[in-house]
Amino acid sequence: MPARIEKKIALNAPVSRVWRAITDYKEFGEWFRVALEGPFVPGQLVRGKVLYSGYEHLAWEAIVQKVEPERLFSFTWHPMKDDNSVDMENETLVEFHLKPTSTGTLLTLTESGFDKLPADRRDFAFRKNESGWTVQIENINNHVTQKP
Amino acid sequence: MSRRSLSRAFTQRRGRAPVFAALGDETRLSLLTKLGDRQPHSISQLTHGSRLTRQAITKHLRVLQRARIVRGSRTGRESRFILDPRPIDDLRHYLDSVSAQWDEALARLKSFVEVEPLRRRECAAADGSQRAKS
Repeated sequence: MPARIEKKIALNAPVSRVWRAITDYKEFGEWFRVALEGPFVPGQLVRGKVLYSGYEHLAWEAIVQKVEPERLFSFTWHPMKDDNSVDMENETLVEFHLKPTSTGTLLTLTESGFDKLPADRRDFAFRKNESGWTVQIENINNHVTQKP
Repeated sequence: MSRRSLSRAFTQRRGRAPVFAALGDETRLSLLTKLGDRQPHSISQLTHGSRLTRQAITKHLRVLQRARIVRGSRTGRESRFILDPRPIDDLRHYLDSVSAQWDEALARLKSFVEVEPLRRRECAAADGSQRAKS
C-alpha cells in the first residue's frame, strides 16, 4: 500500500489562473472552503477556520514549504482530531505541481509522508537534547561566575 | 476534516504512521502475502522460499508485530504468526477518505478556475447592459 496519494486533473484554464487560485489565500479559501488569516509565505504557518459544513469548529493550520511561481506550491499539515487539537501522529506534505498544456493546465496533486514518524516524538527528542544543552550552559555559567 | 472521523477508534490509540512505515518494505509485504491466508505460520514456513535468514525474517516479523499487523503466539517451543487485518483495513479506509476529499476539493478548484471567470464575465456583461439601459 503506497503511503501517498496522487491525483492528476486537467484544468481548462491557463497556468497563471490556476496558480492564482492555489496560492492566493483568499482564492484558495474559496474552493478549499477555509477562511485563512493571511497569505502563503514559505516557511510560515498559516491559520484559518474550516468552512466545511459540519466541521466549522475546526482550526486549519499548515506550514508553507515551497512557492515556485506557476510550477510548484507545497505545504505540510496535520489532520485534526475531534477535540480541535492537531493530530501530530500524521504530518503530511501536500504538493501542487502545475504544467501548461495545449488546453490549459495539468495539475498533479500529491499528499505524502503518511509513514513519517510522529512529529511529537521527534520534537520530544529535540527538546530533551536542547534542555540537556541548557543545563550544560548553566553549569558552565555557574562554574565561571563562582570562580572569577 | 472528515478523514479524522474514519476508523477513529482504532487509530486514536495507535497512530497510523507506524503501520504505514511497517508496510513500506518489500520483504514485509511478501510476508504479509504469505500470511494473507489468515492461518498461523511458523518462522520456518515464512522463511521457506525466501533468500533471507531466519533471523532476518524474525526481525521483519517483529516490526509487523509492533505495528500490530501481525500477532504472535507460542505453541510449545514454536512461535506462530497470524495476520490481523484491522490496521491495514483502517489505512485503506483512511486513504480512501483522504482521496475522496481531494477529489471533491479538486472538482471545486476545477469549477472555480473554469466557471468562475465565465460567470464574472457574464456578470460584467449584465452590469454593462444594465448600465447601458439606464
